[in-house]
Amino acid sequence: MNEKTIISLKDVEVSFDGEVILDKINLDIKDREFITLLGPSGCGKTTTLRIIGGFLEPDSGDLFFDGKRINNVPPNKRNVNTVFQKYALFPHLNVYDNIAFGLKLKRKSKEEIDTAVKKMLAVVDLKGYEKRPVSKLSGGQQQRVAIARALVCDPKVLLLDEPLGALDLKLRKDMQIELKQLQHQLKTTFVFVTHDQEEALTMSDRVVVMNNGKIEQIGSPTDIYNEPANAFVADFIGEANILNGIMKEDYCVIIQNTEIDCSDKGFEPYQPVDVVIRPEDIEVCKPNDGQLTGTVTDVVFKGVHYEMEVDCNGCLWIIHNTRCEPVGTKIGMKVTPDNIHIMNKLFPTENNIFKATVISSNKEENSMEIDIEGSTVTVADNCYPEGSTLEISLPPSGIYIAGDGNGALEAYIVSVIYKGEYNEIIIETDSRKWLMTSMQDEQVATYAPVCFDFKNAHFTLCDNAGGEEQ
Amino acid sequence: MKSKAPSIPYLIWMLVFTIIPLAMVVYYAFTDRSGNFTLQSFADSLFYTDVFVRSLWIALLSTAICLLIAYPLSYIMSRAKASTRNVITMLIMLPMWMNFILRIYAWVLLLQNDGLVDLAVHLLGLDVPLLGNAGAVVLGMVYNFLPFMVLPIHSVMLKIDNRLVEAAQDLGAGKAKVFSKVIFPLSIPGIISGITMVFVPTASTFLVAQYLGGTGDKMIGDVIENIFQRDKNVGSAISLALMIIILVFIIIMNKFGDEEAAVA
Repeated sequence: MNEKTIISLKDVEVSFDGEVILDKINLDIKDREFITLLGPSGCGKTTTLRIIGGFLEPDSGDLFFDGKRINNVPPNKRNVNTVFQKYALFPHLNVYDNIAFGLKLKRKSKEEIDTAVKKMLAVVDLKGYEKRPVSKLSGGQQQRVAIARALVCDPKVLLLDEPLGALDLKLRKDMQIELKQLQHQLKTTFVFVTHDQEEALTMSDRVVVMNNGKIEQIGSPTDIYNEPANAFVADFIGEANILNGIMKEDYCVIIQNTEIDCSDKGFEPYQPVDVVIRPEDIEVCKPNDGQLTGTVTDVVFKGVHYEMEVDCNGCLWIIHNTRCEPVGTKIGMKVTPDNIHIMNKLFPTENNIFKATVISSNKEENSMEIDIEGSTVTVADNCYPEGSTLEISLPPSGIYIAGDGNGALEAYIVSVIYKGEYNEIIIETDSRKWLMTSMQDEQVATYAPVCFDFKNAHFTLCDNAGGEEQ
Repeated sequence: MKSKAPSIPYLIWMLVFTIIPLAMVVYYAFTDRSGNFTLQSFADSLFYTDVFVRSLWIALLSTAICLLIAYPLSYIMSRAKASTRNVITMLIMLPMWMNFILRIYAWVLLLQNDGLVDLAVHLLGLDVPLLGNAGAVVLGMVYNFLPFMVLPIHSVMLKIDNRLVEAAQDLGAGKAKVFSKVIFPLSIPGIISGITMVFVPTASTFLVAQYLGGTGDKMIGDVIENIFQRDKNVGSAISLALMIIILVFIIIMNKFGDEEAAVA
């Protein structure tokens, strides 16, 4: 593959109404590659595409095309064409005129336009559709017209914004392969946006996994699937068992109190880590032969394989296997070291550690009120003098989402990852991120009211300017 | 089978207030005072041909001016923020909350000798009678019927998907080309319904010319009103002729619209 960089984003930042959409994105797109921006809705992938297309100017940072800065170049002056979400075909023009639109603007001769349009109609398999009004076409056909309309302009880079989203499954699969072949044939750089991980893996040379305006990982589909950079990527791409582990030493991780060999090193001794094991990488064996044992609690036939849910000391594992073990069977589980992926935890600390000021204290009731981001929160069974600053270590279980809607703070849900026993949720408020656990499933990229429970929190009095008693 | 019962009140309404009056107009147009068939009323109405022509001319002129004002305004509105858009819509609608005759009479007061507009024009050093001419009639028409041009064009423009604009830019269109290749062709249905909604009432309206125009500016609507007092046969004949002309006009407009949609 060509190693020349065609488009380059440097520290690109975008925010709307104070909300950060892209957080200093750096991305190099190579000439003639098929690159996919993948991520959940609201991750900033479409925004990135719109910046490349010229429909949006970054607040800061630079965009280079072939080495030239093109931040201020309007879309009509860029050698880039877009296949829009829901196609955006011109309803007042027929198939031929839709495709010829760009060429007519370039003042090509009639013969040139005719040859190019005819050729492109053949490429997208729509010969004989020239005179049809676009409103009379099926979704798949409109899709092809949109692709032909963009490609006929012979762009250096083709941007595709979830172009297959509106098609049914069968047609989508066909179009995936066709698009891939088209890209090979034309040798144009394709930048493809999707939230469908399977689509991304099927089509791309490289995948860019995005979340919350940041790039989580860039790599080939194989790399991303086999060596996810963190628990978010592992969770988003394919199915995965994501478990809490402790790195005892190099090449040895403790999962559920069992020491298991792995192929990773370079972590601190006894560092808490996320362990990712793909369901198909778990070998089912006799209970005595396994590294871990568990009981099958549920089996679902998925066509190619069975999906088994296994209860292993209260933690649920997912196993994919072509052989079925009936519900209630005790089984052993084995994983080869290569198939155990160790990664740093998404949240840097085990507990939430933050500073807060005591607003008022009540010695009789042994309680106080502290200030968290401008909200007053009552703390029971602890009393420190008014005006003092405390360093608080709050375990993840001390934060919960208020069911009644009356929370102390409004928080944005950054990520939700199932850890076999509970969901590990990272939320973000105005000034910081928080780690919490919950039995409930929460919707990522939404806002929720959160409450604090300081029962298991640890308080340390900071040295105050006032020098009050300890 | 679908029940027809719910449509009965509407059918009765249309029968009593549309079909029967229409039939009566046709009946009177083709009969004389004693009820015998005759084409004399049509022959008599030829006397008013010049009023007819002038009415259509004034209607056409008013419609064209309305379009010239309304189109850019609608375009600006459709591109504006929702709040700005609502304020402008409100301002356009506001005069319509007042009685039609009041609005006309307001213009009489403004344009007459020593009226506000008249004084302003005098200050500019011009000495022209503002009231009592065809110009004042056109002004009154434009003022009264402008909202009927703005609203349909604006609502069609508002519906134009911004992605189509982006798609055109993406394919190499600058601002002018985006307008001529996308926005204008897609707004044609709005223009057509706007023209219909302004031309039809201006061609047949009365009172505007009586208040704002001079003696020679009477329009066909005023003539019909006048003649009906004396001779309902000739009045009916003129009404019928006007209706047919307007009908032909609407058919031509719609045909033009359909062709535009099919060809483009």
